Amino acid sequence: MTPRAACRLFVLAHGRSGDKGDVVNIGIIARRDEWYGILERELTVARVQRHLEPLGIGGVERFELPNLGALNFLVREALGGGGAVTLKLDAQGKTFAQALLRMPMDLPEGLAGAVRQHWGDQLPADCVISGDGQ
Amino acid sequence: MIRIASGQAFWGDWPQAPALQVRSGPIDYLVLDYLAEVTVAILQKQRARDPESGYARDFVGDIGDLLPELMDRGIKVISSAGGVNPRACAQALLARARELGVEGLRVGIVEGDDVFDRLGDPVGSGLPLRALEPDGPSLEEIGPRLTSAHAYLGADPIVRALREGAHVVVTGRCTDSALALAPIVHEFDVAPDDWDALALGTVVGHVLECGAQSTGGNYLADWRNVPSPEKIGFPIAELEGPDRAVITKHESLGGLVNGPSVKEQLLYEIGDPRAYITADCVTDFTTIQLRDEGGDRVALAGVRGRPAPETLKVSCVYSAGWKVSGQLTYCWPEALAKARAAGELVRKRTEAVVGRPFEEWLAEYVGSGACLGALGERHPDPDEVVLRVSAKSTDRGACDRLGRELVGLILTGPPGATGYAAGRPRPSEINGIWSGLIPRASIDPRVEVLG
Repeated sequence: MTPRAACRLFVLAHGRSGDKGDVVNIGIIARRDEWYGILERELTVARVQRHLEPLGIGGVERFELPNLGALNFLVREALGGGGAVTLKLDAQGKTFAQALLRMPMDLPEGLAGAVRQHWGDQLPADCVISGDGQ
Repeated sequence: MIRIASGQAFWGDWPQAPALQVRSGPIDYLVLDYLAEVTVAILQKQRARDPESGYARDFVGDIGDLLPELMDRGIKVISSAGGVNPRACAQALLARARELGVEGLRVGIVEGDDVFDRLGDPVGSGLPLRALEPDGPSLEEIGPRLTSAHAYLGADPIVRALREGAHVVVTGRCTDSALALAPIVHEFDVAPDDWDALALGTVVGHVLECGAQSTGGNYLADWRNVPSPEKIGFPIAELEGPDRAVITKHESLGGLVNGPSVKEQLLYEIGDPRAYITADCVTDFTTIQLRDEGGDRVALAGVRGRPAPETLKVSCVYSAGWKVSGQLTYCWPEALAKARAAGELVRKRTEAVVGRPFEEWLAEYVGSGACLGALGERHPDPDEVVLRVSAKSTDRGACDRLGRELVGLILTGPPGATGYAAGRPRPSEINGIWSGLIPRASIDPRVEVLG
């Protein structure tokens, strides 16, 4: 039986976020070069917008950096007016990358094994890989 | 080959970094950034009270102590520590050099970024400024409340100071990347229209400007496996020419430099990666060729640049009222419910005595969704929750009152409140930021070498 996995984006990618005025940028980077294509396909503007909606945001824009295996998202109206004036605890949007990396991901067939291999015994506890006999 | 070392990413960054960079191996330049966007406004207020202040005093202490070694080994220092008073900063450093018996120190200063006195009356009429965000308030509207106005200068004036023999260059407002780009332009005689070389230097500056963020600090990819983080090494860029750089660190220090660590920093605080605009050029981040060479070495090459914009960015800071934030910790049982009730209670009590609602109010529950909101998972009855209440008002007194009312909750509100040892929260002035563009020709950077 082919292994399948219900994980979060975090197992495939890492990233960093920061502020520019009221805009937060979220850089999302593939943990392996060959996983960039998955990010490009799965992380559509619509899906990212929907995922981040509970944080109370404006529009989302996406830019590709295939040379770095990375995507850059600009999230508008994300900081209650901007880092300098906002009342929010996370005034600089430092946690937005983590928020996006929580996105649930059903790993495509054939990828679950590669994910297990990449992480070894440090695979996050909330990533469930089933069907590979382990 | 030249080695450019990052020593400080912001005012308040790890205080051990500058000395570790100087003492743990060979470097030629030490670059230190001190100026976040609102830092200049804070410094401006300090200078209004004391004309000899308005710069990053920590720089004089930290670099002052290193001066004998820096001069001895010919290491040059470039820093934005000058704040709104580079001249006073330079004079303080020269005075420290005299105390230490260091002879021959020459400190270059860059001025001309401060355009506050040129704004005109009505405000904005004196300069051809165009708002960066057309939907925001107009400059005239915020005019009476302005506290500072500074243009972001590029690498050129720093290069001029180096060419005039400065050992240390202190600037005011300049682009963060200019601090590291300047020595590259200086050492390799980069032509002012060699856009690719300027772009490579800008990328180097972008990697160095956030210090340990490229060497295992704030490292989301794999923070558990960062070696010896207790003595984390800040980044060093090695260049044999202006077309390729290797990001590395001192071998004897901790931290790491690899593909993921450098990529995280490359992606930090950028907009459209095809057009990273600075005073020196427009850099295309999608052309960066990154190669992890192993052994804490990452090579950057292939960077393409385009001509610098005809305009410079101007950042104006204005007083936008008052805010206050304070917190109390509530313990199990029902920690979250009690924190919520306490937040409502303190709001009701404060607004009743102030006589009107706050312009903005925010209650957050740290430990239960303050960062991730509805994206996170809730523990049904957490051990503790930190209530964080914040409010904005044009009235300082209203904010002050909230601080007092919050502390008053301890004996008059829900049970189990603790964590108030730091005392009563005090109001702070809100620094709004107005950004605009100004034709390059309107700004005339001045360079002088003292000592």
